[in-house]
Amino acid sequence: MSKHDYKLRPDLAIIANNIAANAQVLDVGCGDGALMAALRDQKNVDARGIEIDPANVSIAVTRGLSVVQGDADTDLSEYPDNSFDFAILSQTLQTTHRPDKVIDNLLRIGKYAFVSFPNFAHWRVRLSLGLGGRMPVTRLIPEKWYNTPNIHHVTIEDFRAIVKERQWIQENQWFLSGDKQISKAGANFLAEHAVFLLKK
Amino acid sequence: MNQDQRYGLDKHVRLLGPLKLDSGAEFAPIEYAYETYGTLNSDKSNALLICHALTGDQYAASTHPVTGKDGWWLNLVGEGKPIDPSDDFIICINVIGSCLGSSGPSSVDPSTGKPYGMDFPVITIADMVRAQAILLDHLGIETLSAVIGGSMGGMQALSWAVQFPERVKSAVIVASAARQSAQNIAFHEVGRQSIMADPRWTAGDYYDGEAPTSGLAVARMAAHITYLSEEGLTKKFGRRLQDRDEKSFGFDADFQIESYLRHQGISFVDRFDANSYLYITRAMDYFDLADDYGGVLANAFKDTSTRFCVISFDSDWLYPTQESRRIVHAINAAGGNVSFVELESPFGHDSFLLPALEMNEIIRGFLKAAQ
Repeated sequence: MSKHDYKLRPDLAIIANNIAANAQVLDVGCGDGALMAALRDQKNVDARGIEIDPANVSIAVTRGLSVVQGDADTDLSEYPDNSFDFAILSQTLQTTHRPDKVIDNLLRIGKYAFVSFPNFAHWRVRLSLGLGGRMPVTRLIPEKWYNTPNIHHVTIEDFRAIVKERQWIQENQWFLSGDKQISKAGANFLAEHAVFLLKK
Repeated sequence: MNQDQRYGLDKHVRLLGPLKLDSGAEFAPIEYAYETYGTLNSDKSNALLICHALTGDQYAASTHPVTGKDGWWLNLVGEGKPIDPSDDFIICINVIGSCLGSSGPSSVDPSTGKPYGMDFPVITIADMVRAQAILLDHLGIETLSAVIGGSMGGMQALSWAVQFPERVKSAVIVASAARQSAQNIAFHEVGRQSIMADPRWTAGDYYDGEAPTSGLAVARMAAHITYLSEEGLTKKFGRRLQDRDEKSFGFDADFQIESYLRHQGISFVDRFDANSYLYITRAMDYFDLADDYGGVLANAFKDTSTRFCVISFDSDWLYPTQESRRIVHAINAAGGNVSFVELESPFGHDSFLLPALEMNEIIRGFLKAAQ
């Protein structure tokens, strides 16, 4: 495989940087396999993926990746306990029917779970809803209310609350504004995007 | 150039076996008819086995000797195609039980000098695969870079990976299942009863006289419906009449679909043996990969290092996507390596034999990734 210049989405770049070489990784909602390909080619990672969109699955398999067409809500239960070092759910959490159960499954399947999601409490979102009175359409939440796949919008504070409530262990957290990493201070207001590393 | 007399087109060989059958019987000697394309490389790492479907044959990429038609998988096999004889050493073997040169009910039993007829033993998909393994031993091929098949060919590919995991690096299973469903057994039984109801069948002992072609043709007509889809039939034929403007108020083939099916039935009997149809449909009906694993399909894939690629078609109601998903879930549950995609096609089960750019690219990518 050629070593491409992988230009990963910023949240994926954070995840990629924090995965050990030769790890076993399950990427849930892997899209066209960009992260998996980067991990395979740059870190010799054994990556497997699940993706709901058949066009994306085709692209990923054509790239030589092991990806199955499936649904995070229904197909994770088939995977055995502790079968991966890392389970990844990037920008998919908000599209699932039961995000809590999906994360439970990620932590059952993987020793660690990366979860990344757009922060619904970012100031632009608040401005749009609070002052504009309209459901927000932003760079990271680009669809209108009627055609968005995002059915469970979540904020960083919401996520912290569920982590506490479910007694998941938070190993690390990263916040992004645009393509830049920002500090955790005021993240729920300033961050467009969050990445959490959890374990059970 | 490949000088080895074992390789090439229109090959036949008789091997002593014996082949141990699932029924407990032993079968010997075993006749094989097979085709190979391309050249086996020096480390014998480029051998790829194509498994054919129920009424398929070894002519995956060669002209059929009876019909004169092109190979049945030319869409996938050829220069520049995903399975390429300039890279791969491709083998396609007529399954035992069939009638294109490998041992089957119509071949001559050397102990009697007459066709086996119904004395041919009942065989299974696993038996077909073990027979192929004996031929590969003879061809000097230990490891297959890939085993590929659609429909019953997919069943064989699964059975290969489960019976001989160390010999199979990759397996591609298209429009298939890990078990034959009740509905599919039911359709097969209709076909078999149709053959057996033909007075010329005479308990399978018809090789000296006329074959039960009426029964076989009806079996083929019924089966052919299952290979298509309602959408496909509506698109292709609708309710259009055949060569007439009015209904005949009789039982001629008024509708185009009737005429088409009759043609399918009639042309099938020229190239296929009725008893082979009985034996091979039986083998498919007996197929349940989980049988030897306490009914738990995942256990069949335990510790497998074979890479799997499973492909289904959304309009295929004979081997629907849920059957492919069942395979995928089992491989995942066993910690195996599997890719899966359901492709869109209006053509039902037959989609795997038709030009499908997406299927080609997926198989190309999957096979390339192993290299």
